[in-house]
Amino acid sequence: MSARSQAHSAGRGVDNDAPETMTTHSGHRGLQMEEPLIFEMGSTGRTGVDLPPVPEVASKLGGLARQGEIGLPALSEPQVVRHYVRVSQKNYAIDAGLYPLGSCTMKHNPRLNEKVARLPGFSDVHPLQPQSTVQGALEVIDTVAHWLITLTGLPGVAMSPAAGAHGELTGMMAIRAAHEARGDARKRILVPDSAHGTNPATAVLCGYQVDPVPSLANGRIDLEALKAKLDDDVAAIMLTNPNTCGLFEDQIIEVAEAIHAVGAYFYCDGANFNAIVGKVRPGDLGIDVMHLNLHKTFSTPHGGGGPGSGPVVMSAELTPFAPLPYVVKGADGLRLVETEADQAAAGDGGQAYGRMRSFHGQMGMFVRALAFMMSHGADGLRLVAEDSVLNANYVLARLKDVMTPAYRGPCMHEVLFDDSFLKDTGVTTLDFSKAMIDEGFHPMTVYFPLIVHGAMLTEPTESESKESMDVFIDTLRGLAADAKAGDTARFIGAPYLAPRRRLDETQAARKPRLRWTPEAPAEAAE
Amino acid sequence: MSDVRFTKDHEWVRIEGDTATVGISEYAQEQLGDVVFVELPTVGADVEAGGDAAVVESVKAASEVYAPIGGTIVEVNEDLEATPGLVNESAEDAGWFWRMEISDADELEELMTTADYKAFLEGLD
Repeated sequence: MSARSQAHSAGRGVDNDAPETMTTHSGHRGLQMEEPLIFEMGSTGRTGVDLPPVPEVASKLGGLARQGEIGLPALSEPQVVRHYVRVSQKNYAIDAGLYPLGSCTMKHNPRLNEKVARLPGFSDVHPLQPQSTVQGALEVIDTVAHWLITLTGLPGVAMSPAAGAHGELTGMMAIRAAHEARGDARKRILVPDSAHGTNPATAVLCGYQVDPVPSLANGRIDLEALKAKLDDDVAAIMLTNPNTCGLFEDQIIEVAEAIHAVGAYFYCDGANFNAIVGKVRPGDLGIDVMHLNLHKTFSTPHGGGGPGSGPVVMSAELTPFAPLPYVVKGADGLRLVETEADQAAAGDGGQAYGRMRSFHGQMGMFVRALAFMMSHGADGLRLVAEDSVLNANYVLARLKDVMTPAYRGPCMHEVLFDDSFLKDTGVTTLDFSKAMIDEGFHPMTVYFPLIVHGAMLTEPTESESKESMDVFIDTLRGLAADAKAGDTARFIGAPYLAPRRRLDETQAARKPRLRWTPEAPAEAAE
Repeated sequence: MSDVRFTKDHEWVRIEGDTATVGISEYAQEQLGDVVFVELPTVGADVEAGGDAAVVESVKAASEVYAPIGGTIVEVNEDLEATPGLVNESAEDAGWFWRMEISDADELEELMTTADYKAFLEGLD
């Protein structure tokens, strides 16, 4: 099989004249290093520093001292540095190129954020310092809270949640606490079938049953089906707006009215707030509680499992049930309400259900988010929403004649295609996305939302320039033309040009190897 | 010859006297892609028609499997635990999910015959 036709993104250093099957003596390809795991490297006894021999000591371990090898890799400092630099170079990230996934760390993290976050007054503070010595840090928390309250039109905010799903749980626990405080134990949560998987998972974790609500053919929630499910056993609805199809829920006011009419609450998943920040205040739509992913809308980095941040804004009715801690203004400056006793003394009527985590939240992310908010200003944040929607619609407009949009009309921040343009080509959504890797692009989100067949979901955000989107769009146009022209070889085995060929996802799911094990295990005594 | 019926959610049910065997259709396995995990009901559990009974997870998605009719689970296909790929290889035979005692045979009347289901699938594309 030959997939060596001209790459659509040519001019990017792909050498089309190299023999297809060329292998190298070293196993490296050009300057792309083949890097083993650190546990597969090194020789016994090497260390990065010279240590004096361990003096003879009488063991007090009663024979429990380790007998065998500990099994750690033995490497010099330059070996360790090279290893981690090489591994880091294998990472694809927003700093390396267009990242259409629309997931965490989906947009550029301005370097100003990093400069501010590294100021010693922010980076060197400890959560157990006396509060009088961290008034500036508390002011940052309070100022971010003020921005979030202003942008959402909801009067309360819990700042501590660690990320989106944690924020969902925080909000749902507040809803549960509010119902229970009235002696009203409700059991069901309505969740549209296009929802993020975390929504039903959160509802179940919070002790509720999930009742799915179907979507209409236009990708929006079916209001009549929703109304048919409403009764006094429904605790809340969890709705995302704009929804996961990249569409604005245009009946959201009616949804809120119907939900409130049966005494239930309206939880909004704020993962897609980027599309409406500065344009729409969720509080005005009838939303009672909503999490905000600072690492999405406000650009704080959250790649590779680093810290996210998911503050939760709440209505006046739910705010008393927000978790501890929170910042209040006192006569002698800002202070944290950290315990139930503090809350009782504060006399603010709060009935917190406890804490969602240790300490006060992701301080470094608050600083970065505030730097983003203040450097953009209110007008700049509005432009964020406008440009992110404009960019997605540009991608839609330039691809809709060769790929098949899942829904008619303009989109919000994300553009969603289904796989009907690949019908009868023998190329699947998965093949198509893998071929994008050969072209130098991270694939978009695929097979989600579940209600769209072979879904391909692209979110360019406002970070992308027209030039970078044009290269992306031209590449996708080329691939779509190849698929329709019957050039399936470049898809079926893709990626061909990446450091690794296609991984066996089925085997990885059926028989996962979750940790490295040495080939010849050391005879170590435990 | 045993009688097979289908649901619009792509489960099949094969009736053998008072008991029925349930699985997902050939169409469903094709749409799911490689099945990697099946969560089966507990033997002895009572299920209602249309209620959640099992979960099938593929490389693409996790989906609920609904009970086509009500009844009591009498046996589950334990082979699926070690070899979930049986659902792909033989969706409507060796890849069955569970056997159940039928509580109300009238519920079968609500389901589609093989010919109805075939027509239903043609309407989906």
